[in-house]
Amino acid sequence: MSESNEEKKDEIQLIFGDKRLDGRRFDELRNIKIEAGILKRADGSCYLEMGKNIVVAAVYGPREVHPRHLQDPSKAVIRYRYNMAPFSVEERKRPGPDRRSVEISKVSREALEAVIMKELFPRSGIDIFVEVLQADAGSRTACLNAASVALVDAGVPMKGMITSVAVAKADGVMVLDPMKEEDNYGEADIPFAFLIRGGKIESIALLQMDGRVTKDELREAFKLARKGAMEIYKLQKEAIMKKYISESVENG
Amino acid sequence: MVEDILVDIKKDYVLSKLREGERIDGRKFDEFRKIEIQTNVISKAEGSALVKLGNTQVIVGIKMQIGEPFPDTPDKGIIITNAELVPLASPTFEPGPPDEFSIELARVVDRGIRESEAVDLNKLCIEEGEKVWLIFIDIHALDDDGNLLDASSLAAISALLTTTVPAERFEVGDNYPLPVRNLPVSVTSLVIGDKFLVDPSKDEVSVGNTFLTITTDQDDNIVAMQKSGSYLLKEDKFFEILDVSLSKAREIREYLKNI
Repeated sequence: MSESNEEKKDEIQLIFGDKRLDGRRFDELRNIKIEAGILKRADGSCYLEMGKNIVVAAVYGPREVHPRHLQDPSKAVIRYRYNMAPFSVEERKRPGPDRRSVEISKVSREALEAVIMKELFPRSGIDIFVEVLQADAGSRTACLNAASVALVDAGVPMKGMITSVAVAKADGVMVLDPMKEEDNYGEADIPFAFLIRGGKIESIALLQMDGRVTKDELREAFKLARKGAMEIYKLQKEAIMKKYISESVENG
Repeated sequence: MVEDILVDIKKDYVLSKLREGERIDGRKFDEFRKIEIQTNVISKAEGSALVKLGNTQVIVGIKMQIGEPFPDTPDKGIIITNAELVPLASPTFEPGPPDEFSIELARVVDRGIRESEAVDLNKLCIEEGEKVWLIFIDIHALDDDGNLLDASSLAAISALLTTTVPAERFEVGDNYPLPVRNLPVSVTSLVIGDKFLVDPSKDEVSVGNTFLTITTDQDDNIVAMQKSGSYLLKEDKFFEILDVSLSKAREIREYLKNI
């Protein structure tokens, strides 16, 4: 979802036969690296790379909510902050929340709110902070994937895992996990997040789109997104397992 | 406190009606409230429209100025969309800088107009790389009785349809009508369990802020979508809502063509 100053141009070729600009197949994810529990002070944390995206997520809580009037006597208050570092993009980003970050934070928070068992923690707050250190299209999906792992790392009970990936339309073809060029010059961008429970995709937690697609193309997008999400889910699970295995070894 | 109790009572009422397959105001699940569009209501603006969707009222004014183009689109005009949820429109709106709801509202309306390429931005260049037209779409809520988003989208496109580019005032030639070439229409549904209600009223929204907005263009392309609110949506339900949104948008578009 490009900002108004990144109007799309259509003069660059994105698809070459059955390959993409970076050599990937249409249904291929970028390289993903996930590491859980990388921050000492946070209750849960995660480092994640998705192509050239580099993000770090931290979870604090459940903890007391300040100011107190924000407390909810029936459930935990979830807060989510998506923030881009000034050096994360080509042209320096002015620090602080812009309109795009506010919107991304809102829909991402809502996706997680739907799966966190917040009724278990009345009057408390769960804060999720995600910093984009380097952005290259799909940063909101990378952030949600990292946040999800960080929540598990913090021991926050959830109905399942949130796994997020985008699909773009580039040169008329639907492609999984678009990188910058496909996002900028492509015809559509559709970020998804799914609830995965018991190893199966159960429902949609986040869905946005801008661009121009037909209904059939949307069906194709769902197919690609589901495939990509299952692959990412495996990596998220591995990252969590890895942390807990190494922890139990350390503790004898 | 009193409001909390009222919300609970309304919520129970909406849900019990829903179980009987009815809406509290007697509408069908896929029925919009009465739409009224008045254009050119603000003569100082380059274009304007007042839209009533049942009791929901939104006014959109278009102002245009000359400014510098973005470096990557030196020959194109620029659209800037803003929404103000002024305290006059609802007991829950507060004065101050835009909150996440008004930002989301403005950005979803903007996306529909931008992605459908409703305004031909190529025709809004005055001097390549130096001067282009800036189009300010300002959304002003007057009365929030639910579904401000669709009311705002309708008001925005209606206002654009009646906009005159004020070239004479800026001494850059003759005035001309703003080139509008597509009619994006957004359809917002309130998703409740396995049911969905289009164009939800404020009372219906007491069950939760769980929306799906789908904006389509005149060729049935989907140009913008936003799932808003914390809830989970099934894929088959999504495609059901998509079909309804497409057919509702076609109906509303016929209405827009009369402007």
